[in-house]
Amino acid sequence: MANYKLQVNGKTLQADVEADTPLLWVLRDHLGLVGTKYGCGIAQCGACTVHVNGSPTRSCVYPVSAVGSSQVITIEGLSEQGDHPLQKAWDEIDVAQCGYCQAGQIMTAAALLKQNPKPSMDEIEVTMNANICRCGAYHRIREAVKLASSKI
Amino acid sequence: MKSTTTNSRRDFLKMTAITGGGLVLGFNWFSAEANAPVKFSSIGAGDVGFNSYLSISTEGTITILSPNPELGQNIITSFPMVVAEELEADWKKVKVLQANLDNKFDRQLTGGSGAVPHSWKLLRNAGATAKFMLIEAAAKIWSVPASECTAANSFVIHSRSGKKLSYGELAEAASKIPVPSTVKLKDRKDFKLIGKSVRNVENLKIVTGKPLFGLDFYREGMVYAMIQRPEQFGMKLKSFDGSIAKAMPGIIDVVSFKNNVAVVGKSTWQVLKARKLLKIEYEKEFDLESTEDHDKLFMNLMDNGQATVRRKDGDVDAAFKSAAKVIKGEYQCPFISHSPMEPMNFFAHVRPDGVELVGPTQTPARARAEVSQLLKIPEDKITLQLTRLGGGFGRRLKNDFATEAAELSSIIKAPVKLIWTKEDDMTGGTYRPACRYRFEAALDSSGNLTGYKLRGVGINSGNPTREHNFPSGAVDNLLIDSVEHKSAITTGAWRAPITNFLAFAEQAFLDEVALAAGKDPVQFRLDLLAKAKKSPVGDIRYDISRMEGVIKMAAEKSGWGKKKDVSQGFSVYFSHASYVAQVAEVIMRNGLPVVKKIYAVSDCGQVVSMNGASHQVMGGIVDGLGHAMYSKLSFRDGAADQNNYNNYRLIRMKEVPEIETHFVDNGIDPTGLGEPALPPTGGAVANAIFKATGKRMRNQPFIEEDVFKTVS
Repeated sequence: MANYKLQVNGKTLQADVEADTPLLWVLRDHLGLVGTKYGCGIAQCGACTVHVNGSPTRSCVYPVSAVGSSQVITIEGLSEQGDHPLQKAWDEIDVAQCGYCQAGQIMTAAALLKQNPKPSMDEIEVTMNANICRCGAYHRIREAVKLASSKI
Repeated sequence: MKSTTTNSRRDFLKMTAITGGGLVLGFNWFSAEANAPVKFSSIGAGDVGFNSYLSISTEGTITILSPNPELGQNIITSFPMVVAEELEADWKKVKVLQANLDNKFDRQLTGGSGAVPHSWKLLRNAGATAKFMLIEAAAKIWSVPASECTAANSFVIHSRSGKKLSYGELAEAASKIPVPSTVKLKDRKDFKLIGKSVRNVENLKIVTGKPLFGLDFYREGMVYAMIQRPEQFGMKLKSFDGSIAKAMPGIIDVVSFKNNVAVVGKSTWQVLKARKLLKIEYEKEFDLESTEDHDKLFMNLMDNGQATVRRKDGDVDAAFKSAAKVIKGEYQCPFISHSPMEPMNFFAHVRPDGVELVGPTQTPARARAEVSQLLKIPEDKITLQLTRLGGGFGRRLKNDFATEAAELSSIIKAPVKLIWTKEDDMTGGTYRPACRYRFEAALDSSGNLTGYKLRGVGINSGNPTREHNFPSGAVDNLLIDSVEHKSAITTGAWRAPITNFLAFAEQAFLDEVALAAGKDPVQFRLDLLAKAKKSPVGDIRYDISRMEGVIKMAAEKSGWGKKKDVSQGFSVYFSHASYVAQVAEVIMRNGLPVVKKIYAVSDCGQVVSMNGASHQVMGGIVDGLGHAMYSKLSFRDGAADQNNYNNYRLIRMKEVPEIETHFVDNGIDPTGLGEPALPPTGGAVANAIFKATGKRMRNQPFIEEDVFKTVS
């Protein structure tokens, strides 16, 4: 066990955990940030996506010991009021069915738009293809990313 | 469609004196039980003899309690929409609360596409009753006849005098008006909300990551647990050594019950790691089956199995003897996993005075009953709080995770959150059963279908046919029977049970028959329906006109038979109580078939939320397409070969075609939509692939068929 000081959503938070603990479980079990979801645990579905220094990262396989002084942003820290263009677009397009994968979808899309604010439909598909939505809301996910990009 | 509805007082109670005043109408959402009207001084829905309520506070906030588990079917938005419509409420002021399990509910479950059909009239009645009382209250204050007052946007208006009072201002006075015995419901042409696109009321919570789901639930002092179950169906626990696991950091205990070895600890990760260190010996209890054995078994049972006759009309043998042409087709589907995104989990705290359960289940009443039976604790000592479900697809109809959590809590005497990993879920059973079907059709010399046979063979499938579905009723001589093999591999209901695969097989076969009869597949189906209408054979349990309606509209919307650049495939299916016809369009790209577009025409009666309805249809199609194309579980010595998304393939964004949805607007009451759009998809796609390639898809997943292996 070791004490880790993590920069999460602009705050310094501490967790006393083992070095190999995935960031996902540190966020969920130790820091009370449960917006980041456990889906598969093997970096296949993307439900656990967070930003580590701006890069979309599968937190289920990212050990806490690798975080260091990196800035971690989770869905809870994407915007203060839930008004990031993607969050607004997700509401406007009414993307969610069960909603479980959507935090990961939004975080994946947010990293894309940060790097490429005006992606083509193809670019959106290539990036978002990495995330599974078991309800099959793919059409609306694509549409919402496009809509958000038009507002940035 | 103007209708009135009668309120019996036993179903509709009024309460006053809520905190801060206002109008509270309690109603027995699904009740057939009688209750005398009573005035209450609190609004705890569970303790006042009714199980749901609609309240209007003096500030004008309207609160509606939604009883059914929400797993993405959008019931938490649709239900209040129906109430708000009749109430003439300002939708922005409507708040929805998820109800917990309550003894008074009849049907507090999610399954069978039945929630809206079941509750439609009661929801409308609730809204209309409250509106009546608000209008009466205003009329009394203004000393004008109620008939001169109207309600709109959370106000009662007297247009002659220009007077206007808000629902909040009227709530207290309305609570003193007697509950009417009869109320008039709106004409559907006056609907302002129903049939429109209304957004999910939980969107903001979902996109900001608020704790909504079972896995997000946290209780001070709770422990975390995972269970190691036998990896092979047919094995049982012989012995175990948990000493190494127990010595790991954060591990509190290792205990065993039934075939389970549970590791209990202070965090998910510590438990997950320690579980790998368990030393467990299993012994054989039943046959350890493999997919190879199943393939042989299917063939054997198809020819030699003891079949149960499901339906018999006319003389099939004679029809086949005198046939000008006989067509045979066989189709097979594998086991598949539900694999909702949120893995199974449940919280349980078994205390000396009762049990607290919290978590995602499609059948909360059943969970409580099973825990009650297991722990010998009366149901009235068990509470169950519903969380949002991260998908269900039928997996959460079964409550094994809830009973496990309760049993474990009773052993370790602590509040526990039990978590299944994705691997636990995918290898843990209750799969869509594997089935094989053999269809045979007899045609006379004019191409008329004179005889029809179907044998379904399934593994733990129950009856793998739907013997009264189309084309039953349209064929003079028909025999449908089935054979079931009992296996240690567990199965359960999977979204659109049985029909999720049977529809593909049947609709692909009817395509074969139409081709052999020299008829257009759409016209072939319409001819059969015309025959069923004119001279029905036996029992007909589907609505011929509604089925004709979706077929014709799908042909029209898709430009059936008129397109040169795509290969179209047709399919239509009746499931639960709704009708969906689909046309799939396939093109060839680099020598491989690609599904470009699917048209769907649904007759689900009145659409409640257009947003929600198109979501269910599109999601159902993506689900149907994905599982027909890509997903399968195979077995070796009782163990699943696939255990997570790296080897169990689910459809992804780049694989979804364009989807165009249409709804038949026929004014009938809602008939449900959570499942009916899924069954037709496999058939439409298979028939389009045939048109494009000349190859019949016989087995799911299609991706393993030769046509997808040929690269030009």
